Amino acid sequence: MHELTMAAGILDIVQQNVAAADAGRVRAVRVRVGDMAGVVPDSLEFCFEAIVADTPYAAAFLEIDRVPALATCGECGCFTRLAQPLFVCPACGAMGMALQSGDELQVVDLELDDTVEGAA
Amino acid sequence: MSVVTIERKVLQKNDDLAASNRELFARNGLLVLNIVSSPGAGKTTLLEATIEELKDRARIAVVEGDVQTDIDAQRVARYGVPVVQIVTNGGCHLEAALVAAAVERLDLDQVDLLVIENVGNLVCPANFDLGEAMKVVVLSTTEGADKPLKYPAMFRRAAVLIINKVDLLPYVNVDVEEIKRNAQHINPKLVVFETAATARLGITEWCDWLVARLAAGHA
Repeated sequence: MHELTMAAGILDIVQQNVAAADAGRVRAVRVRVGDMAGVVPDSLEFCFEAIVADTPYAAAFLEIDRVPALATCGECGCFTRLAQPLFVCPACGAMGMALQSGDELQVVDLELDDTVEGAA
Repeated sequence: MSVVTIERKVLQKNDDLAASNRELFARNGLLVLNIVSSPGAGKTTLLEATIEELKDRARIAVVEGDVQTDIDAQRVARYGVPVVQIVTNGGCHLEAALVAAAVERLDLDQVDLLVIENVGNLVCPANFDLGEAMKVVVLSTTEGADKPLKYPAMFRRAAVLIINKVDLLPYVNVDVEEIKRNAQHINPKLVVFETAATARLGITEWCDWLVARLAAGHA
């Protein structure tokens, strides 16, 4: 369940980017998760909910942007979406396609609710 | 609504610590392996066989990662090499910070090859760089040929695949060529070895390759 470690990492990053007084105003945290990142989005959401539950960030939820796994074949140049983690070119059968996207695991941004008072 | 832009890797903190581990290892001219597998694939036995084979050719130290107990560390310590145990207390993977704390207890000047034996788990350790030169994934013949396809992240991030327990091939319904084919469909750059660690088969080939890496200064 490494998603728990990752959820803790996300909360850590949020805390570094929000003044403590504004913790209750954090509404959504947007993260980018690649299809090949080895992370289960549902688990990540579940863990994040659990980890913020008893903190000033309890109102925050994750918004997950999935990033498709796109790869290029070094032999024939074919650029394609990989539906499975098989790095075999569908056009020419060459192995070892280079991943162009799909490995991401990043915090993109967060939304502060302007209607909620910060605890000044 | 106001938006705060962040754009930061979730695992940036771990990656930074891993980079600092890597610098420390490079300064000391260390070759560092991160050995990963599911539980019971034979990591510790392979490590014992590797130490036996290499103890006169390289100075070896071991970091043992386990969820509970120091059983593996005790096994390895019998070979007279320095061992540091990390007990994760339920944690499913090692992280760079744990390794950094563990290697503080070693005299790295006296080490050529540092072997980190990760927690038995084919999923979680894939995401956590420890600062190693390479991940070595051990897959035993009893686990089945489909495992590289089921756990692609680990096989994609590894540099070496050791197919262990090949002495059991007469008793298990698995084809080594199929294991290799599946693994190379995920990662064609994998260097593959076949071993039976208990019977000490294939260990020389694997260890000769390691010695060549050490000689090449692959830290």
